[in-house]
Amino acid sequence: MTTAINTPGAPGRDGSGQAHGLDVIDPHRIRQDFPILHQEVNGKPLVYLDNAATTQKPQSVIDAISNYYLHNNANVHRGVHTLSQRATDDYEAGREAVRRFINAPDANEVIYVRGTTEGLNLVASSYGRKYFKAGDEVIITGMEHHSNIVPWQILGKEIGIRLRVVPFNDDGELLMDEYEAMLNDRTRMVSVVHQSNALGTVNPIPEMVELAHAHGIPVMVDAAQSIPHMPVDVQALGADFLTFSGHKMYGPTGIGALWGRAELLDDMPPYQSGGEMIRSVTFEETIYNTLPHKFEAGTPDIAGAIGLGAAVEYLESIGMERIAAYEQALLRYGTERLDGIEGVRMIGTAEEKGGVLSFYMEAAHPHDIGTILDSEGIAVRTGHHCAQPVMARYGIPATVRASLAFYNTTDDIDALVKAIDRVIEVFG
Amino acid sequence: MAQLPDNPDALYGDVIMEHYRSPRHRRRLERPDAEAEEFNPFCGDRANLQLQLAEATSKDAVIAGVSAVAEGCSIIQASASLLADGVHGRTVDEASDLSQLFRDLMQGKPLPPVALEELGELSALEVVRQYPVRIKCALLPWVALEEGLRRLR
Repeated sequence: MTTAINTPGAPGRDGSGQAHGLDVIDPHRIRQDFPILHQEVNGKPLVYLDNAATTQKPQSVIDAISNYYLHNNANVHRGVHTLSQRATDDYEAGREAVRRFINAPDANEVIYVRGTTEGLNLVASSYGRKYFKAGDEVIITGMEHHSNIVPWQILGKEIGIRLRVVPFNDDGELLMDEYEAMLNDRTRMVSVVHQSNALGTVNPIPEMVELAHAHGIPVMVDAAQSIPHMPVDVQALGADFLTFSGHKMYGPTGIGALWGRAELLDDMPPYQSGGEMIRSVTFEETIYNTLPHKFEAGTPDIAGAIGLGAAVEYLESIGMERIAAYEQALLRYGTERLDGIEGVRMIGTAEEKGGVLSFYMEAAHPHDIGTILDSEGIAVRTGHHCAQPVMARYGIPATVRASLAFYNTTDDIDALVKAIDRVIEVFG
Repeated sequence: MAQLPDNPDALYGDVIMEHYRSPRHRRRLERPDAEAEEFNPFCGDRANLQLQLAEATSKDAVIAGVSAVAEGCSIIQASASLLADGVHGRTVDEASDLSQLFRDLMQGKPLPPVALEELGELSALEVVRQYPVRIKCALLPWVALEEGLRRLR
């Protein structure tokens, strides 16, 4: 595997103060690991700035998946034959890689799920149905993805729990006083996004956990947008549950993980039922398997789990601290460039934020901007980003969102700025 | 997806931009005979259509009043404006035929020789076909029209 780290003291891209921090990674060497980036789209070199939707996959992840299907394909935890043993070993190695990556105490606390959405649904459904009663409250924030709103709403209708929503200021920062005031003896869960997909805001999880725990309330963290871009340590965060998707962290789609404290997971009922999750079945009674298998009914996404493990190893080879430092520098560069364009209004200007450049232009609808950008080979997301309450908060229908990864360069930002100039030419 | 046209601004020709910047028939009707609204939850686009007949009781009455209000991108706004221009003065059946013609145009179906004349300025939207993800933007006001026409019948 290539490592793409500059030697200490290597000069930054242009030596300006603006580029400070950009020299921690050489994105041009990183890009060699991502075959998909080397293509033209609509006659222009591809500029992929839709990383919050999904990230591209390094060759090592693609190879790990191919290798499984080429050489080791078998069902896991079932056969005594050699292929089954190899598949099981690699599948469980992925779990151990995830454990290490998030610094979880025990690999049995890592449950493979399809992605963040399933992780959130699992906790809402399993934990919520067991412990919530009518009149109980769940706290979320105003910047949640729909996947951290709807499962609680469904539960709310079923059981009669009340959803409390922590508001945020114009910069996209949570009003912590209001959060603190919401915590009470009816609160049963705090479920909060680590980094907002629409705004980029990084929420103060350790502080929120401390306040919740003072009331004995568990905290669930949606880490879908944070885990690809910064070190995420479940013990340092202090969370009780944390979930994320593989495909947003350079791994395959269809796989993700839910981590939870063993003492909580142990007492929770299964989410789905079938094979793998049982210890013994008669027609009268079923004894459930132990963690993590209790929550992994049916044949899992074996190739996905192996691919996720490979993605973790790839990220570890570069280092999350480095990735975070580089992306922060690129974010600063992008923010300055976009701020300099008249008519561009940035949505999401929190002090603590990840590499998300969400913006709105009075002159042109986000769809029209997206089409012009696409004609320049630039991939961005336009729309409400499955966060309609966030759009409503700013009184806009949609935004254009350019979201960064460590294979993006200042050239990518420059191409974006140039394409926005084209938008202004057409619509200005 | 097919490669986009060489000129990245091909979508934003004179007719579309003119109707986007100065949409026709946006004024709301005081006594519409039918009203219909369509919404695209994926992008937030919205189209609201009001129709008024010259003689509400006659089957052959022409659409004497039309109000089309669209929220969203340039394509939906231009399409709504062109739609309003197009159906104004037509009977319910004629408006229905025009709607079918426009759908055929957007879906790339072969059109009868007189179609372009029938469509008039609406044929400017044909370019949208080259941007498949935007076709639904152009069609949304027409879905509202068809619902409105059903209500008139």
